[in-house]
Amino acid sequence: MNLITISGPPSSGKTSVIIKTIEAVRQRGLTVGIVKFDCLYTDDDILYEKAGVPVKKGLSGSLCPDHYFASNIEEVVRWGNVKGVDMLITESAGLCNRCSPYLVGIKAICVIDNLSGINTPKKIGPMLKTADVIVITKGDIVSQAEREVFASRVHSVNPTAKIIPVNGLTGQGAYELSTLVYSKEENTESVKGMELRYPMPSALCSYCLGETRIGEEFQMGNVRKMKMGENND
Amino acid sequence: MIEIKDLEVMTIGDMEKKYPFVLSFLENNKLDTTNFKETTFNDYLEQFHPDEFEELALDKEQIKKNLVVFVNQMLSFLGMDKDTVESITILPGVDKNGKRENFDELTINKSEIISIVGPTGSGKSRLLADIEWAANKDTPTMRTLLVNGEIPDHGNRFSTSNKMVAQLSQNMNFVMDLSVREFLELHAQSRMVENPGEVIQRIVEAANELAGEKFDMDTPVTGLSGGQSRALMIADTAILSTSPIVLIDEIENAGIDRKRALNLLVNEEKIVLMATHDPSLALIADKRIIIKNGGIHKIIETDENEKVILKDLEQMDLIINEMRARLRSGETLEKID
Ligand SMILES: Nc1nc2c(ncn2[C@@H]2O[C@H](COP(=O)(O)OP(=O)(O)O)[C@@H](O)[C@H]2O)c(=O)[nH]1
Ligand SMILES: Nc1ncnc2c1ncn2[C@@H]1O[C@H](COP(=O)(O)OP(=O)(O)O)[C@@H](O)[C@H]1O
Ligand SMILES: [Mg+2]
Ligand SMILES: [Mg+2]
Ligand SMILES: [Zn+2]
Repeated sequence: MNLITISGPPSSGKTSVIIKTIEAVRQRGLTVGIVKFDCLYTDDDILYEKAGVPVKKGLSGSLCPDHYFASNIEEVVRWGNVKGVDMLITESAGLCNRCSPYLVGIKAICVIDNLSGINTPKKIGPMLKTADVIVITKGDIVSQAEREVFASRVHSVNPTAKIIPVNGLTGQGAYELSTLVYSKEENTESVKGMELRYPMPSALCSYCLGETRIGEEFQMGNVRKMKMGENND
Repeated sequence: MIEIKDLEVMTIGDMEKKYPFVLSFLENNKLDTTNFKETTFNDYLEQFHPDEFEELALDKEQIKKNLVVFVNQMLSFLGMDKDTVESITILPGVDKNGKRENFDELTINKSEIISIVGPTGSGKSRLLADIEWAANKDTPTMRTLLVNGEIPDHGNRFSTSNKMVAQLSQNMNFVMDLSVREFLELHAQSRMVENPGEVIQRIVEAANELAGEKFDMDTPVTGLSGGQSRALMIADTAILSTSPIVLIDEIENAGIDRKRALNLLVNEEKIVLMATHDPSLALIADKRIIIKNGGIHKIIETDENEKVILKDLEQMDLIINEMRARLRSGETLEKID
């Protein structure tokens, strides 16, 4: 089974791109399964069901969804293998711009959109910088020049990635993307022992542990204070 | 090939002098080198505490690796012979029913204009996309694209600066919060233009000739009217891009002087393909491709007869434009003979 991890900011077009890509992949006679990770709510699973693919969803609730991903990916891969799909795709919403669900040796795709602003490539951390393929959506809404400027910014923070435009509405580019994601040789039976591409923040503070009261005396563990001087850093 | 050991020992100031594009790499990777111009790149990275890297979500080895890749990509781009496309050839694939397309091969040479006509949904944009991707039996149409008679290097598909193709698409809106000047500067930078100031000046002048209402360098791009944005985009595509192939997807409702726009875009060095529903644009082309049900159905050369008809059509366009202008300025219309 091929395992593919797809991540990206909320509403960047992940689900749209995945659905169009699945169509192209299935045209080639391959079967696909989807696992959707989110924090509080998603109805992407309904969209995937409509598209006729087996889907599993996990809501991380009070946890960072990427941390939750790391704790569950092994079971998820087992599920995919039991289902016997050729390709298992995970979709996770990158919410904190700091964590990313990518594993060393597993194909990692980041989806971002042209509308997110020209400084977005700077703001997104490992989720963008360590991806193998970067899909840029919503090119239909902006001019060619703007697409180029955005893509070149993306390129400068991740020059090794393949950058590919896909229109999530019409599917333009999805077929091209599908030729990049599947490889006959890959067969992931388990992810046990694999490593994250970039460590997630290790910080644990009182509030992580359920503290609700504000005030210095309630703060323990890894506490960091803003500098309140004249300059912003 | 530059290697990391070459870059590590250079001072940041020297590196920026030798490879000016490194500035945007450092900038976008949030590496503030303002006070380190005399420091070598290696020492600069070494002065960070590991916690600071974690803080910035950066990885020292990754940065080094990316910098080397980036510098080499840019150098190879700058050293490349552009404009080496003499011709492109399309080899047939299949239509939406899997039936082979109705032609043997279609070669388009430098300086030719080809129009693409057919109903909405028939596959005009798909044909343009096949050319942009340099299709190699790996798109839904199974077409193959040759450049100068050969299968091209597909490694350039993902390049953000080295584009074989410039596209002018239906949508020409702007969403970035920048002035015309800032925007063009960024675009020139992404295309690695050598004399940006002069080029930008020329783009704005050309755009102002195309658009009815004039705008200046300090206008925010989001404040341009529809016609102004399109004029700016056409001038930008024509002047900034060195791409030898220009693809135009339905620009008719653009509120600009189409004929003039086309003149600006077309020159001896370029191959132009344009999908269109507009009869005068379709006939300006040397040949037109008729698309039906996803496949190339026919290729027709524009003959003398049609060139005469083109003159009539252009006359009608003129009349329509003039009527429009009069209506807009509050006049009542009279019959023109
Ligand atoms: N115009 C345009 N809209 C898009 C494109 N891709 C996605 N969308 C829209 O963007 C919204 C968010 O897309 P979705 O796939 O749900 O994003 P996700 O949250 O990343 O999974 C939806 O309304 C999509 O229809 C695109 O390429 N162009
Ligand atoms: N030969 C083909 N085989 C399969 N699908 C095709 C083919 N040609 C076009 N399509 C698909 O048909 C749809 C409509 O094509 P498009 O190029 O957008 O039409 P147009 O630009 O003429 O309105 C697209 O999804 C496109 O990928
Ligand atoms: Mg989604
Ligand atoms: Mg179209
Ligand atoms: Zn997180």
